[in-house]
Amino acid sequence: MTDQPQLRVVLAKLGLDGHDRGIKVVARILRDAGMEVIYLGLRQTTASIVAAAEQEDADAIGLSMHNAGHMTLAPAMVAAIDEAELDTPVIVGGIVPEQDIQPLLDAGVAAVLGPGASAEEVAQTIRDAVANAD
Amino acid sequence: MAKAKRSIPELYEAARGGERRALGRLLTLVERGGPDADAVSELAHADSDGAHIVGITGAPGAGKSTLVGQLVTDLVEAGAKPAVLAVDPSSPLTGGAILGDRIRMDDIAEHGPAPGTQRPSTFIRSMATRGHSGGLALAVPLAVRLFDACGYDPVIVETVGVGQVEVDVVGAADTAVVVMTPGMGDAVQANKAGLLEVADVFVINKADRPGANDVRRDLDLMLDLSHMTGQESEHGYRPPIVMASALKGEGNVEVWKTVEDHRAHLRATGQETIRRQNRIRTEVRARLAQAMSNAAEAAMDGEGAAQLHRAETAEISPNEATNELLRQLLRES
Ligand SMILES: Nc1nc2c(ncn2[C@@H]2O[C@H](COP(=O)(O)OP(=O)(O)O)[C@@H](O)[C@H]2O)c(=O)[nH]1
Ligand SMILES: [Mg+2]
Repeated sequence: MTDQPQLRVVLAKLGLDGHDRGIKVVARILRDAGMEVIYLGLRQTTASIVAAAEQEDADAIGLSMHNAGHMTLAPAMVAAIDEAELDTPVIVGGIVPEQDIQPLLDAGVAAVLGPGASAEEVAQTIRDAVANAD
Repeated sequence: MAKAKRSIPELYEAARGGERRALGRLLTLVERGGPDADAVSELAHADSDGAHIVGITGAPGAGKSTLVGQLVTDLVEAGAKPAVLAVDPSSPLTGGAILGDRIRMDDIAEHGPAPGTQRPSTFIRSMATRGHSGGLALAVPLAVRLFDACGYDPVIVETVGVGQVEVDVVGAADTAVVVMTPGMGDAVQANKAGLLEVADVFVINKADRPGANDVRRDLDLMLDLSHMTGQESEHGYRPPIVMASALKGEGNVEVWKTVEDHRAHLRATGQETIRRQNRIRTEVRARLAQAMSNAAEAAMDGEGAAQLHRAETAEISPNEATNELLRQLLRES
């Protein structure tokens, strides 16, 4: 084990969509990359994610999205994080159409990961997002 | 950080004032150990106030987190301000962990604000066991003290009852609750894991499943045995067994009542003080062991490197090298 502080990542799905296969895969990827995953699972609200990020002192928040609500939900998440005076980066993963990526980044999302991202890409994206937020 | 970094005393004041972000931050420092953790410990020591510390342990999947979720919901409704420390194992291979206790405590993470405040009145923190030996034994008492100093009471610590440290952590609580389930000879397993000795309250969860009464019978039998052999407490206390079905919200009220009864028993018999003294003794022992081990490592890298090398090259025996290093260490301190 290294002397580097262990990264703690809150993983959640916002809103009503009920698929948790993708997010479970990501949880294992991050664990295998040596991170501590605080797994919240399905049907979270921006308020419940903020509460978890505060209490768990999360270094990053990973949102899994597959229901096309990302253009409203992800910016709402970023706004809630700001409101709580946190500076936790938000990483969005899932099915996001190409043309939506830049607007999400403009709205303050730290990174967007497509369904084709490799395990190494996923882990590195989180590390980079945390490093940039410092 | 984009925002100004706050000092430990600043964070501590904010945490005591109810800022959960600050408390979350301090818990991270506590978890990492070292001088920052010690500084937090010093501050919290002055303000800790004797919160009721309740340990909950049992096999993975027994329903501990589900039960804790129910208990905390009841407590918040009754106007209490509970905190939860949920400990899960780290992967020995990667050091990573999936901490999935919160998901079972779903309703309460966002449980309505305490009367007259804007903030939910509970705090849940997940903690991974991490690799370093004894780390848990150092971090848990400190985290508990910090919760206590920030006004949380009771402080509930959930651990998986498989490792010795995890069992010890729960055994050091004021009230230790052991959760069992029907099937798979749970009572026998618990006995092997040393859980029976630490239990103050037994919960047989998943009582909605067949076999719950069998577990109860096995358990009663084992308690009878330990009673006959005099292992049971000298204070006329036999750990009660409570049936529960945490998923359905059945039995949780009874569980908490039994936990409170146990505390009343501790107080009535003067054992609360003894337990607390034992807890301090355990904590000091763990800290001392850690400090000695650190000193030993430092000695092998520094002053004692020459002696070590003589042993490595078979000039002297490992025994002689050890004694020489020990003499150096004791001279220095
Ligand atoms: N049938 C039944 N299942 C339960 C009960 N309590 C919890 N569970 C389920 O048992 C599983 C493990 O629960 P969890 O609280 O995470 O257990 P822990 O590992 O001991 O913390 C979950 O799927 C729960 O829904 C119960 O009283 N009856
Ligand atoms: Mg659990």
